[in-house]
Amino acid sequence: MSEKILIKGGRVVDPADNIDDNADVLIENGRIAAVGNGLAAQDAEVIDAAGKIVVPGLIDMHVHLREPGQEAKEDFVSGTRAAAAGGFTTVATMPNTSPVVDNAALVRSLQERAQTVGAVRVEIIGAVTKGQAGQELAEMGDMAAAGAVAFSDDGHFVDSAKLMLNAFTYLKPFDKIIINHDEESTLVEGGAMNESENSFRLGLKGRPSVAEDIAVMRDVLLAEYAGAKVHVAHISTAGAAQIVRAAKQRGVRVTCEVTPQHLLLTDDMVELTDTATKINPPLRSRSDTAALQEALQDGTIDMIVTDHSPHAAEEKDREYGYAPSGFPGLETSLAVMLTAFWHTGKLTLPQLIAKMTSEPARIFGLPGGSLGVGKAADVTVIDPDYRWVVDPTAFYTKCRISPFKGREMRGKAVLTMVGGKTVMRSGKVLV
Amino acid sequence: MAATDVDFLGKNVTKLADFSAAEIEKVLDTALDMRRIVADGVKKKPLLTGKSIVTLFFEPSTRTRTSFELAGKYLGADVVNITASSSSIVKGESLRDTLYTVEAMGVDAVVMRHKAEGAADYAAKVAKPVILNAGDGAHAHPSQGLLNLFTIRQHKGRLAGLKVAILGDVLNSRVARSDIVGMTKMGMEVHITGPKTLLPRFFGKTPVIVHDTIEDAIQEADVIEILRIQLERMKGGLFPSTREYARIYGLNSARLKAAKRDVLLLHPGPMNKGWEIAEDVAYSEQSAIREQVANGLAVRMALYALVLGGVA
Repeated sequence: MSEKILIKGGRVVDPADNIDDNADVLIENGRIAAVGNGLAAQDAEVIDAAGKIVVPGLIDMHVHLREPGQEAKEDFVSGTRAAAAGGFTTVATMPNTSPVVDNAALVRSLQERAQTVGAVRVEIIGAVTKGQAGQELAEMGDMAAAGAVAFSDDGHFVDSAKLMLNAFTYLKPFDKIIINHDEESTLVEGGAMNESENSFRLGLKGRPSVAEDIAVMRDVLLAEYAGAKVHVAHISTAGAAQIVRAAKQRGVRVTCEVTPQHLLLTDDMVELTDTATKINPPLRSRSDTAALQEALQDGTIDMIVTDHSPHAAEEKDREYGYAPSGFPGLETSLAVMLTAFWHTGKLTLPQLIAKMTSEPARIFGLPGGSLGVGKAADVTVIDPDYRWVVDPTAFYTKCRISPFKGREMRGKAVLTMVGGKTVMRSGKVLV
Repeated sequence: MAATDVDFLGKNVTKLADFSAAEIEKVLDTALDMRRIVADGVKKKPLLTGKSIVTLFFEPSTRTRTSFELAGKYLGADVVNITASSSSIVKGESLRDTLYTVEAMGVDAVVMRHKAEGAADYAAKVAKPVILNAGDGAHAHPSQGLLNLFTIRQHKGRLAGLKVAILGDVLNSRVARSDIVGMTKMGMEVHITGPKTLLPRFFGKTPVIVHDTIEDAIQEADVIEILRIQLERMKGGLFPSTREYARIYGLNSARLKAAKRDVLLLHPGPMNKGWEIAEDVAYSEQSAIREQVANGLAVRMALYALVLGGVA
């Protein structure tokens, strides 16, 4: 006997299949069976989606689930539950763990761990260099064969241009993408925030925007020379956006991502007693956020990611300069984007949803990101007008910190389904 | 609002940005009384009998720590010194827990010096004792800023309308930052110069006037403050040599001659004589550098008395 679920009466927004219409979605045995009007199915469980938006399960290509070795910050249980709460059905986890995920055995063990305890799907990103030390190439071919989705030394810039060029060149036959954290190391050493009027006021060492600009430029040029693909992680400066735009125009196979915080928050909110604003790359200036918003609208920026970077409470609860960089984002990302970009008319719903579903799926070759017939039923239902205030104490992630704390949101995921199984309903994670 | 209406009881002294002009005036007025106490020779004025103060120094310091210690003792408080190398901090205790330990022993005020910007503000947020910042990274050193203002007022009789030139490593200096905040609040005009690599790149709305040459910066200055140059900056590639620094940015007697005759010279110490300041300039009659130390003691006595409630 087959299991049937009918998601009825919602506005289906499925950019991969060019659908934006009121429709029903029929799911059979964990797969999409039909999308259309007036679908009827005997003995189907009916989910009423009237007034709601039905989209492919959201994908986040940049999270830190912190396994192995950093479970005080986050683990696969808490991190994937946070993902489910935020409407994500697939997250890709970064390899800057302890030990670093730089070999196939670790990739496979994490895949198994995700299968066992994950509330949502987890893709594994392997390291570009052994131990992310920037000295020798990691076994990327072996990791690719084990199913690593992409490669990154995220958290670190690969200082050696020669090694970076080698990585681009070596990886070409494996059809995987390198994701680069682009901040030139010597320019950001010791820096805790954007170099700005506010860094002068607070006495904090700055991380100048030019550090990102030249790093992005270097990696775009190296990838172009190698004829390889490159994906720029968490772009944060006007200069970097312009470099990517120009590179795309001349045919370089470059893509990039942005976080909600880099689109919206600025360095003038940094105060020494609130480490929630400390991230790398840092919050930038208003001209940077304006340029990033424009780059998001004109398609220069391909996708939204969270850079979900949880830390233990005791790590963030200390002197600003000593606190680690990062904060969680899985449970705020969709709401922030709906509130700041869709409800304000800056992006259409299909544009926004594409950057959180079909675009990451297309670029990284993931099976999800679409409600096409036969696809695994990864589905997110959104209440577009649900009003709520960000309260980090209610988060599923272990890290109850957010620079969006106290902000009023409009819109929220109210149901998350992975392969036909409902893992979150009305904000409550069920697994 | 009259300065005498300012209430300081329990106020954390972490940065001058938290002080109004009236509050700064009040500290300076109180420091004047304290200077008289020290000058009287009877260095025991039991205003703070029964109060306890801990100095918590995570960075080495002689003059500031001694000044805060003696200031407390002269007013009759019990003062205990903790330095990072001889405490549980080397065992990895967090700042919050170190503060909680001190707090649990009934301490009324903690004087803190720390390498990290924001350490004092963090301490004020988490702990109950009054926090007096004796320097947090490159952020703030409020008692130094206040003693500079006190010294200037003593000599010039006023602050508003005076022109000050700050020379040297403004970028990495908590003293310069405190001066810029305090002096602009008091209506002074701040000019700065130094190697461009040691000056902030972005000032925003902060009203400072940046000069390319020391000659331009000190012209018509009523006050010149010379900042300490640190050898690490040279090793970090920020300027070529101490020799070149002295030649281009150092204050020597030839340059001093071109300045106003009654210009007042300040230096937070310790000095590198021959680098940022010439020996004869350091001991010239315009120099108030040794006086600054005495005034620092008076200002710290004033701060204690005001925040711990010992003003008669």
